[in-house]
Amino acid sequence: MPTRVAAFAAGFIFAVGLVCSGMTHPLKVLAFLDFAGDWDPSLAFVMGGAIAVYAPLSRWIARRPTPLLEPTFDWPEPRRIDTELVVGAGLFGIGWGLAGVCPGPAIVNLVTLGSSALVFVGSMLLGMVSLEVWRRVSTTLPERRMKQADEA
Amino acid sequence: MVEFTPLGSTVGGVCIGLAAGLLLFCNGRIAGVSGIVGGLFGSSLAEFGWRMAFVLGLLGGGWIALAWVQTTHAPPEGSPLSTTGLIVAGVLVGLGTRLARGCTSGHGVCGISRFSPRSFSATAIFMATAAAVVFVTRHVLA
Repeated sequence: MPTRVAAFAAGFIFAVGLVCSGMTHPLKVLAFLDFAGDWDPSLAFVMGGAIAVYAPLSRWIARRPTPLLEPTFDWPEPRRIDTELVVGAGLFGIGWGLAGVCPGPAIVNLVTLGSSALVFVGSMLLGMVSLEVWRRVSTTLPERRMKQADEA
Repeated sequence: MVEFTPLGSTVGGVCIGLAAGLLLFCNGRIAGVSGIVGGLFGSSLAEFGWRMAFVLGLLGGGWIALAWVQTTHAPPEGSPLSTTGLIVAGVLVGLGTRLARGCTSGHGVCGISRFSPRSFSATAIFMATAAAVVFVTRHVLA
């Protein structure tokens, strides 16, 4: 239960930050991305503010033996810069540039109950689930299994 | 028209950094929204619990903050896209962020803060691609 309370509080503060910063406003995001037009640099301040706080904070936290409420830290497993990263970031960039909405603000905008927020989040979840299904299917395909056996 | 809001955006960014710090400090987790939401599917009950709590927190915080913003500012203008456009963009965002294992929060804030080469690359790629798309839709096709 305490882990859920902490996660709820983190999500709550995160959302307040997203709204306060202007990230939930699609036209503001698009104005940041519009370098050839009437460029609005505000969103650089969002990333700057967040990194200025999180970079020292995460270093300090990482020196602790464990998190407060869980037995271990769940750091991302080390990976190379692979095709999935490059293609994925490219596809995400296309979607972000079209709609002006990334995953956090998309979820937050659900509270407006606006049809565009609902359609966008529904489609985003569909994309996420499709990839999950594809990952599971592809790891059970015979040729992939053989390839993994070869690598191992 | 949108206004330049350096103060609000910095304060908002600081909140995001603090929230990510809180999740790392208490739960030992990275505050990447696409990872947290994507991990809801096919996860164990314990995994599902904290992830859903974070999403409910996003909705609760968003509800309060958007209600406050709308009494003091003009309501946010909606997305300029048609329904078909929204579906295409939504699927691309969902698929792309899970394939790249991170979005604006996971790679753009948390990963860059840890000086991860993968996150620097991902952020440079999605920023550049998004800017290129905006250039085409606003200055080439328009």
